Amino acid sequence: MQQPNTYRAGPDETGHFGIFGGRFVAETLMPLILAVEKAWDEARNDPAFQQEMDSQLKHYVGRPSPLYFARRLTEHFGGAKIYFKRDELNHTGAHKINNTIGQILLARRMGKTRIIAETGAGQHGVATATVCALFDLPCVVYMGTKDIERQAPNVFRMKLLGAEVVPVTSGSRSLKDAMNEALRDWVANVEETFYIIGTVAGPHPYPSMVRDFQSVIGNEVREQMIEAEGRIPDSLVACLGGGSNAMGLFHPFLDDEGVSMYGVEAAGKGLETDEHAASLTGGRPGVLHGNRTYLLQDEDGQINEAHSISAGLDYPGIGPEHSWLKEIGRVEYVSATDDEALQAFQLCSRLEGIIPALEPAHALAFVATIAGDLPKDHIMCMNMCGRGDKDIFTVADALGVKI
Amino acid sequence: MSAGDGPGRIERRFAELKSAGRGGLVTFLTAGDPDPETAEEIVLGLPRAGADLIELGMPFSDPMADGPSIQASSLRALKAGASLVKTLDLVKAFRATDDATPIILMGYYNPIYTYGVEKFLADAIEAGVDGLIIVDLPPEEDEELCRPALDAGLNWIRLATPTTDHARLPKVLTNTSGFVYYVSVLGITGTRSAAEGHIEAAVERLRRHTDLPIAVGFGIKTPDAAAAVAGVADAAVVGSAIVDRIAAGLDENGRAAPGLAAEVLDFVGELAAGVRSGQTG
Repeated sequence: MQQPNTYRAGPDETGHFGIFGGRFVAETLMPLILAVEKAWDEARNDPAFQQEMDSQLKHYVGRPSPLYFARRLTEHFGGAKIYFKRDELNHTGAHKINNTIGQILLARRMGKTRIIAETGAGQHGVATATVCALFDLPCVVYMGTKDIERQAPNVFRMKLLGAEVVPVTSGSRSLKDAMNEALRDWVANVEETFYIIGTVAGPHPYPSMVRDFQSVIGNEVREQMIEAEGRIPDSLVACLGGGSNAMGLFHPFLDDEGVSMYGVEAAGKGLETDEHAASLTGGRPGVLHGNRTYLLQDEDGQINEAHSISAGLDYPGIGPEHSWLKEIGRVEYVSATDDEALQAFQLCSRLEGIIPALEPAHALAFVATIAGDLPKDHIMCMNMCGRGDKDIFTVADALGVKI
Repeated sequence: MSAGDGPGRIERRFAELKSAGRGGLVTFLTAGDPDPETAEEIVLGLPRAGADLIELGMPFSDPMADGPSIQASSLRALKAGASLVKTLDLVKAFRATDDATPIILMGYYNPIYTYGVEKFLADAIEAGVDGLIIVDLPPEEDEELCRPALDAGLNWIRLATPTTDHARLPKVLTNTSGFVYYVSVLGITGTRSAAEGHIEAAVERLRRHTDLPIAVGFGIKTPDAAAAVAGVADAAVVGSAIVDRIAAGLDENGRAAPGLAAEVLDFVGELAAGVRSGQTG
């Protein structure tokens, strides 16, 4: 049961956040899902596990990531004080590795000998391939052929790290189809394989497990902001594909009532078109990939293709805890279009010397719409969850530049 | 039990098979594949071709537990305009010609959830559906559709798999009715084939826990294989091999070539002959 005075007690014992979440998987997977849940329950209460996590995060990932005051953007917008949580400075260039380190330690604890993962932008694939190299486990990454085309550098990275990248040609050839294919692999190889899911979605316990691994982001922000400003921030902003970086930033602050939170979805070519990836603002509840959550779907319950210039946001679903936070109104969910993200991408590069990934460029695009109207003593923290090196070809293409 | 008046079609059909001393043939194809007319022609011809029970796939955009054959069939059907409403229409059309052969709808939960559980159950029963197999609803989610379906009088057929161990089997068998569908391989539909010895041992293990009939499926591709399985289990399920025949009968534009339905039904006839040759003891 949810305790009345906290937003942080979920999920319940059956893996639900309100009506969202659950374990909607094939019977073949159910025994393993239950085994993962049990192993995770034991691991998170084991100080030795936490100690190993902390050590890997410090020495291998490079945590804590800095909290950076974005002075020039703050002056440019002329309102709120903008801080970036610099998770793009992590090893592998995004927040994804916070989670893959945790899950691979759990996989080892469970005696699993083979790792699979899905990836959209390739950031989670790279983060998974990286920890597989570190711990000497074979790694298979499923990736839609559409994403393989637009994220060629990350495909090459994964291969350098020793992973096998399996192109997925079914459906929309992007993240949701990669996840379907990873689930098919898992069903066929369930005994030796651990599936490292990259976001706060999937069957219980994945949404809360990934959230807990990513909560290092918000926990560090709290400490760092108190050190920098003597208090916690007034607002938090993060982009949402599946929602793991946002969940990691928001969750530690959910019970701090004065903190406003904005999750920014990808509006693609516009919410009024069919080409967007805003499941919370443009979808409705349904069941896919092991959980009930908001989905982009047609009137027959067929899943629609998502669209975003950012491969990492190009997913027709969203983590179930976000669906719940939307329904209870604790977090405000908004969106930014491809064009707005492209503008923010360039603005950030020029003003701060930070080339953001297209994913957090969406978050910054939203910051741009509200920061100027907020008082100068308003402290806003945006998660810079990934760096933009992987996106330069996509952006050059969108801007009509040949490189 | 369906609709409340005596044993349902599934129970009656397995009783008939038992008195005939043979295992049954369960055929699977996706509703609306490759187009509504051809699918109807095939489905209406199945009893005469020798299918004892019919599984109809409800097309879904993201069939996570299915292999390439059934994925493609689902997408073909959706492209040709398939929907849950049209699947129920197909069942109605079938029931107008056959009131004895059980029809089981198989698929994923989201289209039903979207349709509305209560309305779906009422419409399915009215159309003449006998049972449901919903791949992504394990016992942990029984309150969603399983319990309401059982209360409404539909059979709820559960998949048991090689990973369903001793400890879990009772949970899987609770709230299962009609028959148990044993998935003989770890994996998705239509890929691997199971060893006969493994199937026999698995069926024996299941029989120690349930009196329900046991159908075995996944990876059964030929009349001989169907015969062998029907010899140890109460029925053999053939899906991907039938769906592959549909795919093979498409012209270069992906439309049904003339004679496609007849070819598919001929293949079902061969499977049925196989099953009838392998008498149970």
